[in-house]
Amino acid sequence: MQEISQVTGTGVPMLIDDVDTDRIIPARYLRCVTFDGLGQHVFEDDRLQDPNHPFDDPRFQGGSILVTGRNFGCGSSREHAPQALMRWGIRAIVAESFAEIFFGNCTSLGIPAVTAARTDLQRLADVIAAKPATEITVDLSAKQVCFADQTIACEIPEEARSALLTGQWDFLAQLLKTEEAIRQTAARLPYLNDFVGC
Amino acid sequence: MTDRRNLFNKVWEAHTVGTLPSGQTQLFIGQHLIHEVTSPQAFEMLRDRGLKVMFPERTLATVDHIVPTDDRRRPFQDELAEEMMTAIERNCREFGITLLGLEDDRQGIVHVVGPELGVTQPGITLVCGDSHTSTHGAFGCIAMGIGTSQVAQVLATQTLPLSRPKVRRITVAGSLRPGVSAKDVILHIIRRLGVKGGIGYAYEYAGPVFDAMNMEERMTVCNMSIEGGARCGYINPDQKTVDYLKGRPFAPQGDAFERAKQWWLSLASGPDAEFDDQVEFDGNEIEPTVTWGINPGQAVGISEPIPPVESFPPEEQAGVREALQFMELQEGQPVLGLKIDVAFIGSCTNGRITDLREAARVVRGRKVASHVRALVVPGSRQVEREAEQEGLAEIFRQAGFQWRSAGCSMCLAMNPDKLVGREICASSSNRNFKGRQGSPTGRTILMSPAMVAAAAIEGRVADVRELL
Repeated sequence: MQEISQVTGTGVPMLIDDVDTDRIIPARYLRCVTFDGLGQHVFEDDRLQDPNHPFDDPRFQGGSILVTGRNFGCGSSREHAPQALMRWGIRAIVAESFAEIFFGNCTSLGIPAVTAARTDLQRLADVIAAKPATEITVDLSAKQVCFADQTIACEIPEEARSALLTGQWDFLAQLLKTEEAIRQTAARLPYLNDFVGC
Repeated sequence: MTDRRNLFNKVWEAHTVGTLPSGQTQLFIGQHLIHEVTSPQAFEMLRDRGLKVMFPERTLATVDHIVPTDDRRRPFQDELAEEMMTAIERNCREFGITLLGLEDDRQGIVHVVGPELGVTQPGITLVCGDSHTSTHGAFGCIAMGIGTSQVAQVLATQTLPLSRPKVRRITVAGSLRPGVSAKDVILHIIRRLGVKGGIGYAYEYAGPVFDAMNMEERMTVCNMSIEGGARCGYINPDQKTVDYLKGRPFAPQGDAFERAKQWWLSLASGPDAEFDDQVEFDGNEIEPTVTWGINPGQAVGISEPIPPVESFPPEEQAGVREALQFMELQEGQPVLGLKIDVAFIGSCTNGRITDLREAARVVRGRKVASHVRALVVPGSRQVEREAEQEGLAEIFRQAGFQWRSAGCSMCLAMNPDKLVGREICASSSNRNFKGRQGSPTGRTILMSPAMVAAAAIEGRVADVRELL
């Protein structure tokens, strides 16, 4: 898979907290058997109720780096949520923190999801709002987010960072290499062996 | 030397296949559950790569999210739902997976079906493409929700790449006062620890309050671990766990059951087990609890008013204001007495037989308020049959509740059961997120099934203790 060390683009500022996956993609759009076409429905209900929603704001169209708050992606495990963001055009997310299942889904899709301090996120969001064309780089190698002439520190769990940097975020391919070890594990688990010898 | 590992770490180590290049553990998954919403794309991923399911007998499928709870005839009126139903039927047939389909009398919500069939057992690892998979931790296993790419990984390899979480023991001491339920306990815990308090942790629930709970109450608690940010939660197996499993169709039988029992009980965290963090609550302080906001941590005891915005940490105040505005509530206002439009009893949190018994105890001989649309949706066909045999269904019907068939229904409104407009719903489900119950502007107040029953009768949020 592709090695992902940097993502560069313009930003979408949405510095609010506890954004759940029902908001990212309402459940009615989970009535599907592929992920195609989800991008247009991202944040649909929020956008209907907020004419100034950042995903509709002409200034942020074409943005690929989402800047958001605490506990982003909480709630339902639906992979439809990062799929919808990705298909809208988001390539990296910078937040104060992520819900775990959402974070794992992002990594599986090759979307770096990095965390930064709230004060730094506020600065970044302010810069985007003031000058939407600002180029932002999420740099996984240096664990930094660079924009205008500023640099802020960001964090990402080392396992995910390493997987993205080395292009090994297609975990399925790696798991498939270990069939013998998988079968050995199965062979020693009591409940797969009629509880004999446990 | 005594084993100072907690249950989580014992089970994790028993299932470790190896360490991946990224540093993550490759963890063997003993039981995989799938449903129609998060699996179709995973099967497509397998087809794209020409892969088979490695252990088809370790995956069990059912249908729940999109299933209509009134007219279940095929084809469904909703063409998209019909397409999903056809897809899971075809996928299970082609890949050799057992499907408890619409016609099967074991069909139901995946987190109700697994335990009631004895599929869920202590000491296993169990995953499903559904965040409420944490429910199964009630049996003393590692159970967590996963995304669709991970569903494909489990289908193809029966393993997942995972980072080991820390373990926090949450002790609830003392006992619960009359009229206080398992739902109130978990809402109280989430309120105190916050909706992101559990990120990076597995929760072990311990102490006399959980010891005293039956298995279904324990499932309610573990179910909502994810609402507190913890990907999984569990309760150590004990004699109640063993008694619950005995005789269930997928549980070990005969001598194997006796051997299984010894192993199950040996996994429990011992008295000197070590934890990364410990928290304690007093069960006597917990009241019937209700939410007032747009996440499950925004809750109060029924006798308390909504706290002042200023009483929240500064970084939470914007979210609190957003919640109050959406709910059209004010700080200082009680939730008690708030008029409701809809009452929903059901879901993987509270759609089991003991939940329906508790609700029926409140409803018996009373009538649903004339302005309230009230429905009871059993969690499985088995719960449905039991409730009919026990006369609970009749109690609900007599009172004016709609008695439906098994499915997820209005918990997330992927089927035709939805709120309309700004309706307020007293709900025994697990999420009060904006738009969760099918209307983008609909409002949800989470509470126990007995509290929903009381609200349905009174037409307003009520204190169930006054009706018992």
